[in-house]
Amino acid sequence: MVDSPLKRTPLYGVLAKAGGRMVDFHGWEMPVQFAGILAEHQAVRTACGVFDVSHMGQVLISGADAHRFVERVNCNRMSAEPGKGTYAHILAEDGGILDDAITFCLEPKRFLAIVNAATAEKDFAWFQRQAAGFDVALDHASARYGMLAVQGPAAPALVGEIFPAALALPRFGIAELPWAGEAAFVMRTGYTGEDGFEVAASPTGVLAFWEALMARGGRHGLVPCGLGSRDTLRLESGYLLYGADADETRTPYEANCGWVVKLQKGDFVGREALIRRKEAGFKEKLTGVRLPGRGVPRHGCAVWRGDRKIGELCSATFAPTLGTGIGVGYLAPEAWEAGTRVEVEIHGKRVEAETVRGAFRKNAV
Amino acid sequence: MYNETSCRFAKSHEWAFAEGDVATVGISDYAQKEISDIVFVELPKAGAKVEQGKPCCVIESVKAAADFFAPVSGEVVEVNDAIADNPALVNQSPHGDGWFFKIRMSKPAEMAALMEFETYRKTIQ
Repeated sequence: MVDSPLKRTPLYGVLAKAGGRMVDFHGWEMPVQFAGILAEHQAVRTACGVFDVSHMGQVLISGADAHRFVERVNCNRMSAEPGKGTYAHILAEDGGILDDAITFCLEPKRFLAIVNAATAEKDFAWFQRQAAGFDVALDHASARYGMLAVQGPAAPALVGEIFPAALALPRFGIAELPWAGEAAFVMRTGYTGEDGFEVAASPTGVLAFWEALMARGGRHGLVPCGLGSRDTLRLESGYLLYGADADETRTPYEANCGWVVKLQKGDFVGREALIRRKEAGFKEKLTGVRLPGRGVPRHGCAVWRGDRKIGELCSATFAPTLGTGIGVGYLAPEAWEAGTRVEVEIHGKRVEAETVRGAFRKNAV
Repeated sequence: MYNETSCRFAKSHEWAFAEGDVATVGISDYAQKEISDIVFVELPKAGAKVEQGKPCCVIESVKAAADFFAPVSGEVVEVNDAIADNPALVNQSPHGDGWFFKIRMSKPAEMAALMEFETYRKTIQ
């Protein structure tokens, strides 16, 4: 087998220089950490951190039927108000989750979907298949954009120095703002449970944004953060990681994301199958576990209730803010109620745990 | 008292320092940097028998678990409870307050199979 070379984002050079410890992440050479996961996690909870998220995908959707198309390929009710974004799942005909994405309305006939890195090609091909009969143009723009996420309670003060207009954005808002002789998308979104922004710009534009952040960030406690703290922050906040916590075999209901399904909105891809599968009922649902004692749960750990194995963890870690182990896994109905006592098997030993629904902490947003 | 240069090292990055037939053991500075952010050490119990080169303890960082291989054989006579309460000590001071436990050696000659600091240092360059 020939190893294909790892892809690098426009920020690779500056991240390596800043001390990033690089790893292979779905074919991308990305930093897993800089100073350390605990310090980076803490910085985002108390001040701010910056993450390179340039590996994520961008798809521009335009045309007379753009909104109708966006409604068709997403299960949530999608905003058609310029400047507003909506989180949703993209479903297959059988109701399985192809991806989770945020789609922003830029103008009444122009939308921007931000999709996951590993699924961007698949999503674009899916959109093209679904576009038959719609007056839409699809533009896979991922290679033209880099993206940085600035997250934490100090993020508005810092980003506001660079983009004053960003402070007026509501959560899930977007604005196209002039930047470095071009335009940048500035979004009030993130994956950490904290207030913050994501900025997508051309490779040179995103580098200029990085330099602007580094020049001003010290006073705001800004630290560069890697994929390690991105994962601990999102898991504490109860956010789904596509590929780990959901895939094509699961529906949004099983992924504990029933709130993103709007059956009443009218037809969308996967609707009929979802109704059928919901009526049949589900045997497993994504359920959180918290381990009050010592021991760190990991992906693949078995979950037990008495002598019955009721599931496995798909994501798990030490939660820095909580100081305990946490995880999520597809568990049997007897564990769905929050506070149910279960056991997690770690290195062959069973450790006490209790179930949790949704976020493991009170998110700031 | 001991320091990094007076300890002997296993290829798997544990160190041992012998005084009489008792060896104090821990992990190297290189290992703590590689593992990073240690949040839990599952120490063996006093009285446990350990064998050179065999896993006897688990080190958990935020990202992953790592095995600790006993650098020498014998019986665990004392464990460092301080790192059970504050595992960050292992990152802060791997050759000081971050020691793991003490082994009454059943085969003290095993120490000779471990590397001097200078030799170990070359293996991690």
